[in-house]
Amino acid sequence: MRVVVDLNRCQGYAQCCYAAPEHFEVRGHEILFYDPAPPEAKREQIERAQQACPVRAIEVESAGLTEEAEL
Amino acid sequence: MIGVQRPGIVVVGASLAGLRGAEALRDGGYDGPLTIVGDEPHRPYDRPPLSKHVLAGELAPEATELPQLRSLRARWRLGQPAVALDRERRVVRLADGATLPYETLLIATGARARTWPGEGADLAGIFTIRTVEDARSLRNALAQRPGRVLVVGAGLIGCEAASCCRDLGLDVTLVDPNPTPLARLLGTVIGGTLAGRMRDAGVDIRMNTKIHSFSGEKGGVRRAHLPGGATIATDLVIVALGATRETGWLAAAGLRADAGGLTCDAACRAMTLAGELDPAIYAAGDVARWPNPLTGNRPMTVEHWGNAVDQARHAAANMLARPSEQPPYGHLPAFWSSQFGLNIKLVGLTEGADALAVVQGARASQRFLAVYGRAGRSVAAVSFDQARWLPAYAEAVAAGSAFPPILGATDQPRIEWLEPGFPVPRRSTDQAAPTLEAAHG
Amino acid sequence: MGDDTLFAQVLDPRNRPDPYPLYGRLRETPVSRQADGSFVVSTHAAVRSLIFDPRLSSEDLPPSRRPPTGNPLRDWILNPIRNRVVNAHRPLIFRDPPDHDTLRDFVMKEFTIARVRESHAKVARLVDTLIDACRGRDTVCLVDDLSYPLPVAVICELLGVPEADEAQFHAWAIRLATALEPDARHDEAGRREITATFDAISDYMRRLIREKRRRPADDMLSGLAARGGQGRPAMGDIDLISTAILLLVAGHETTVNLITNGMLTLLRHPDELERLKVDPARAPRVIEEMLRYEPPVHFRTRKALGAIDVAGVTIPAGSPVILLFASASRDPARFADADRFDPDRRDNQHFGFGGGLHYCAGAPLARIEAEIALVTLCRRLVAPRLLDDPPPYRPGASLRGPKNLGITIAGIT
Repeated sequence: MRVVVDLNRCQGYAQCCYAAPEHFEVRGHEILFYDPAPPEAKREQIERAQQACPVRAIEVESAGLTEEAEL
Repeated sequence: MIGVQRPGIVVVGASLAGLRGAEALRDGGYDGPLTIVGDEPHRPYDRPPLSKHVLAGELAPEATELPQLRSLRARWRLGQPAVALDRERRVVRLADGATLPYETLLIATGARARTWPGEGADLAGIFTIRTVEDARSLRNALAQRPGRVLVVGAGLIGCEAASCCRDLGLDVTLVDPNPTPLARLLGTVIGGTLAGRMRDAGVDIRMNTKIHSFSGEKGGVRRAHLPGGATIATDLVIVALGATRETGWLAAAGLRADAGGLTCDAACRAMTLAGELDPAIYAAGDVARWPNPLTGNRPMTVEHWGNAVDQARHAAANMLARPSEQPPYGHLPAFWSSQFGLNIKLVGLTEGADALAVVQGARASQRFLAVYGRAGRSVAAVSFDQARWLPAYAEAVAAGSAFPPILGATDQPRIEWLEPGFPVPRRSTDQAAPTLEAAHG
Repeated sequence: MGDDTLFAQVLDPRNRPDPYPLYGRLRETPVSRQADGSFVVSTHAAVRSLIFDPRLSSEDLPPSRRPPTGNPLRDWILNPIRNRVVNAHRPLIFRDPPDHDTLRDFVMKEFTIARVRESHAKVARLVDTLIDACRGRDTVCLVDDLSYPLPVAVICELLGVPEADEAQFHAWAIRLATALEPDARHDEAGRREITATFDAISDYMRRLIREKRRRPADDMLSGLAARGGQGRPAMGDIDLISTAILLLVAGHETTVNLITNGMLTLLRHPDELERLKVDPARAPRVIEEMLRYEPPVHFRTRKALGAIDVAGVTIPAGSPVILLFASASRDPARFADADRFDPDRRDNQHFGFGGGLHYCAGAPLARIEAEIALVTLCRRLVAPRLLDDPPPYRPGASLRGPKNLGITIAGIT
């Protein structure tokens, strides 16, 4: 699955790090390093991180998107 | 074979702006045919990590593919650059000769990295960082542990690349014609603070320095030549000289398009050479040059992540609205950059600033927030590891508050008031000189 | 011109069960001056703007004054010194940067992801034990039976308070519960009791810290009490004690309210209770919506250090500013159908844990406790029904929650 964080919004509250520590990490004072391609099996954890973000900066790929064939 | 079908909407550009624009069209209720054209063979991916974690080897290049936030039911034409636009017949021509008719067109072709314009450009070992393939080849080359890396250009991308190289334990020389890194973006005072941090990290900083040409051995780059005859030995060169807008395919379209962007009105509608609007064509992201109501309607392009998202959504909404109901797009530019363990964030436009005030924390601690003033108004704010106060200062900038704003605050021991130290603008014969540096976060 | 007694009405205990209509009227003037000179900030936009404003200070607490004892040595020499010490070492929620940051960094270094995760198992075990104890009854008193005992036990383990002392801690926590209430009006006797409790808990902490230094264990207090190594600063003892007390009190009352208000909300929305029971993976959304809809903390008071222009109003320097988080989270200008409990809403940017640099430090732990408690209650209580609606409330208007929540049940699984 795919994840992207709007780092303009992020203020380093680190709530995502508690929710999904293998995929989000605050470095230094406020640099967020995250895994943009966590395994689908971790969706529950990732959505937990998304829900916990106080500034709603985490966007997660919709579940079960049927990919369109390329023409 | 698709039967007779209305042409629908075509989005040219399959990066962040193209993707978010397409999603916004569906979110806005557009139910017709949707085609997305991309010159690279990849699905939309995120560029900011390329010059950071991908170079550092922490992320695989392909991990940067962007999440799709909803079903698009789109036809993807990837790996097919658009090569021409015929507005009369309303068709986009692709490199393979195919033609794509459109009813409405969203142009989100972005920008391309400036390559080395001088002698030695064909040597092996000279890299740019713009695409995922750029990042992949550079990453592979860095993994071979070149002895000496030379970064040309101390804008955001160049500084981030230098940071990654130091993290990898590589010797790095950073060269720029300005007095400090990020000088044109942040001024030499703040740039000087960053320079101190870079020196502490072991970067060999050569400011006020231009490269004349490169020479090599066995086809690989070995030396950079300075105008006075001096040389810098190198095994790998990263060229970070900014970007030019991807408008070449519009050359014969009769639109106001050049290497500086495609001119639009405030509602993101493309403008023709005659100065009229083409009601079927919109633009968003790095490529769009529009009069921003938040900065006095001065036409500008903003090559930052947040603009790609916001402008694409705005343009998409306008594409679905009646002509009389298409509001102007007001945007406060903003970016972030992480380098040398610092989180640097900026809101607003520093261009033309004549004053600088450090309003929170202190420069000495490398944790501070500073505001830029222009003719007595607050026009931008930059934070070094101090993002938490930035929203308050962003509001002051958006409101054009008196400079400096927000007095009598906590953690504001003594406001340091300075000249920002912007270098004199370089006189350029290239009329398409960029207004904003660095295609970036 | 709005009604400048609206906030006084919010404080009126008679409006405790449902302050939301008053919030709606307050929002008609996003920043409204009250008769006492304070300013109430009630819309989402205005609260958001002010939580990031460095002109709002958290150090606006009346100076500590120990009540007179009649003993001149105490009243004239010892107590004034103690007052000064206490005033200079307020816990971090009543401090501004840079002091706030230094103290908070110490705490966050010990409030590690690993520690918080480890409390998972303890919370689950405790919740089951507390529910087991209700077997054979047809009524559960949620506050006494679960909401109150759970957070104390969890914070005690995290801090490293020996299990034998938990009962004592529980008693202190109850007595200190109102100490954080911004609208608390303590009479002389009340102040005396709070002072005595603080003294007792401070003495206890002092001894415990000494013990942790002698025999460090893997707990927060041992970490906080560790002397800084070469060049590393260490937390002073007085700050350490006030921080430990803060962690106990702030982590306690709020979590009680989160669990109780949460269960109350589910009982009022039986369809949501049923959905959570069937699909516990919904819990994160449900908890975030509870934090928006019935938050544990309704407002915090700050002071304007300089004049602030916000929402067309100038707040003069020196004014008390009340950030009405619970109203901002119900602002229809920000949330569609704001008065509806809807866990599936998108973009739920609530103020349930406050925001800005004072954002609740214990939020990750509170989420774990609330989730395990509510999911387990939904699963194990058979046919739960609310006994009284509205339930009786405790006096606090900010740390607002039911005094008790009677639930009739048909059994426990």
